[in-house]
Amino acid sequence: MSFSKKEIWKEFSRNNIGLAGIGIIFALFGLSILAFLTIPVETFREWNDPASWLSYPKSALPVWTNYFLPQKVPEHLILLPFTSIQKSSDITAFTNLFFVDYQYDSFPSDFIYQYDAKYTGSPLVTISVTRPDGMELELISTSLPSSTTESKFTGMIFSTDDSIKKNLKNSSDRFSFSFDTISSGDIVFSKPDQNRILKGHYIFKVTIYDVGGNISLDQSRFILGGKVYGLMGTDDLRRDLAVGLLWGTPLALFIGITVSIVSVILGLVYGVFAGFKGKITDEAMMRFNDIIWAMPVLPLLIILAVTVGNSIFLIVGFLVIFGWVGIAKVSRSMALQIKTLQYVEASKLMGQKDFKIIFKHILPQLLPYAFASIAISVPAAITAEAGLSFLGLGDPTFPTWGQILHDASSYGAATRGLWWWIVPPGVMIAITGLAFVFIGHAMDTIVNPKLRR
Amino acid sequence: MGFAKYLAKRAVTMFGVLMATLLVTVALVGANMDAILKQSVAIDVRTAMINNKPLVESFKNHPEELEKYIQNQIKQEIISLGIDQPWYTPSRLGLAMYKILTLNFGHAKFLTSDTGSSDVKDIILEKLPRTILLFTTATVIVSILGIFLGAIAASKVNSKIDKITSAFAVISSSFPVWWVGLLMIFAFAFIYPIFPARATPTVPVTDPGYFVSLLYHMTLPLITIVLIGFGSWSYIVRNFLIGILQEDFITAKRAAGIDKRKILYSHALKNAAPPIITVLAFGLSGSLGGSIITEAVFDWPGMGRLYYEAITVLDLPVIIGETYVLTAFFLVSIFLADILYGYFDPRVRRQ
Repeated sequence: MSFSKKEIWKEFSRNNIGLAGIGIIFALFGLSILAFLTIPVETFREWNDPASWLSYPKSALPVWTNYFLPQKVPEHLILLPFTSIQKSSDITAFTNLFFVDYQYDSFPSDFIYQYDAKYTGSPLVTISVTRPDGMELELISTSLPSSTTESKFTGMIFSTDDSIKKNLKNSSDRFSFSFDTISSGDIVFSKPDQNRILKGHYIFKVTIYDVGGNISLDQSRFILGGKVYGLMGTDDLRRDLAVGLLWGTPLALFIGITVSIVSVILGLVYGVFAGFKGKITDEAMMRFNDIIWAMPVLPLLIILAVTVGNSIFLIVGFLVIFGWVGIAKVSRSMALQIKTLQYVEASKLMGQKDFKIIFKHILPQLLPYAFASIAISVPAAITAEAGLSFLGLGDPTFPTWGQILHDASSYGAATRGLWWWIVPPGVMIAITGLAFVFIGHAMDTIVNPKLRR
Repeated sequence: MGFAKYLAKRAVTMFGVLMATLLVTVALVGANMDAILKQSVAIDVRTAMINNKPLVESFKNHPEELEKYIQNQIKQEIISLGIDQPWYTPSRLGLAMYKILTLNFGHAKFLTSDTGSSDVKDIILEKLPRTILLFTTATVIVSILGIFLGAIAASKVNSKIDKITSAFAVISSSFPVWWVGLLMIFAFAFIYPIFPARATPTVPVTDPGYFVSLLYHMTLPLITIVLIGFGSWSYIVRNFLIGILQEDFITAKRAAGIDKRKILYSHALKNAAPPIITVLAFGLSGSLGGSIITEAVFDWPGMGRLYYEAITVLDLPVIIGETYVLTAFFLVSIFLADILYGYFDPRVRRQ
């Protein structure tokens, strides 16, 4: 029954499936580190704040789907400006130039100019566009919201703005089709003779004039709304799914590993103690174990989450409550065997204290089994948390995979065909679970001689 | 220890589990329950008073006196119902447990049955057959498929079919059932609209075609549960069978020249039956608990969805009643497994 570390590793390294499991887990840890490094913690705090996702497209496909589609669907483009400042006597003019080479086969869904500016008074903004065919269109000329104190404004100018449509109507004689039912975006990107996309280089010019010179422009962006975005696409709430999926990795690993380690330790100590003590103690402890074992887990988990609370740490605790029982049963029966071994009897006769015998002579014998059961019980914990989150009872402040699937299901993603919202989170859950199952399986074949062949 | 004694001991444990689960549930929702009860008593008393015209008339010139009188009446009503004491006093706890044990769950706060009754017992009795229909059918299909495939795999260890079954088992059991459910809805309700996305039949319950419609709507959830279940199930059967096939008595039978297939299906399978039955019972009861999520995904009008709805609107009488019925079913299936175990394995009886 005993194994040396070297022996175990030797056996393990011969097991391809186990090595594959280790490989996947290293990859998942890599993803977690990537999440910590590339996505600031604030971003995932803002996961549930719709305001912070405004500049993203709504339910956009992942970018790579363009490779498989016959027509190139417009990508969601966020353009950054080339800024120049002109000062003449008391007028300051900020000019933002946005260049884009538009080569997609359909119109952008809309365009938005977004700015962060600090000013007093009410500066004037004009936006115009130079098209690939050389035509120049005045889009809008408006003043920013007036302010008496110097304060910071974050504002947006949308292509759906009525005055853009009005301005475009002034040049309707240059187009040979009627503007009535067409949105401003479709006109700007249209060929003059028919309402088809005109490909090529567009230059959007935004100029802000300010009298007095107290203006500073912190950040400005020009967004061309598209139908594909990022590696993983976006959901109905405009959230970048790549962020959620990436952050889900450390969360799932944390939940799975914490729950399994704590429950295995609890179960081991409980079971070994009961088995070693025997008699009444054993009987009482095992009846209690039976009671917890036969309880319906999911209904009780749900009631606990609803009444006690649903913070991620509480959920880990709830999962531990139901997680230790099976391990306690097995480790008790193992302890019953080890107890009768001569060296344990000997140390008993030598008058060693009970807890010393348990911790020094019995528990170390169970370590290989403990590692195997830690690995095997991780997927159950991850799936249970995902299930709770899927029912909407998880911790809403963390974007776990279950949480993403909950949102997908409540927005009817399956019936609307938004597969990129459903498939990746489930695949991540399955891959993570599989990795631990592989390792557990490999450990099991080492620990359990019956399975060796 | 005789088998009867063994069963009696198990029965006592099961009853203990039932009581413990109920106690935990009542303890967790008790405080909320009290607040809701008190509120509803207050509303009942107030409407009764206001509708009592002569009474209101007699207090015509003293509205604050009327208010005082109503408050007094509410207080008395609460005392007479015994809910002035907190829920954890022994008498109230005993009464609550007694009521639940006798299936008296009271009335639901928000939810009603399809026929409009708000009695929790009616609601549960209406949903229960549907859940049993779906999950028993699924379990029967899964176990037949599983035993058959498992036996084939065990008879040809390390063959191609064995490897495929094992791989399928490991992979399929890592996917959450409800996620596969979402994929199935996507595939068979969106891309190929063969089955309805929502499993609730569109025809009313009273319609004669209701049952047929129910069966049609059941197909997609049924396929999903079977697809996810039979792989791991056949893997379990395979592992038990491999253990048995290594035993000496099988070798002896082989040496005696008994047909291989006969050894596998009648001798080996019979000896592997006890652990298989235990796992089957646990699978069945486990899927009942899991029905909460599965039914929520498919919108199947059974116990699981009822539980989900009750949780979302916090309908406490329904939650308590459901927990009781689910736990009872769970325990009955474990208990049945115990009896069958004893039937198939005489060692348990003669212990």
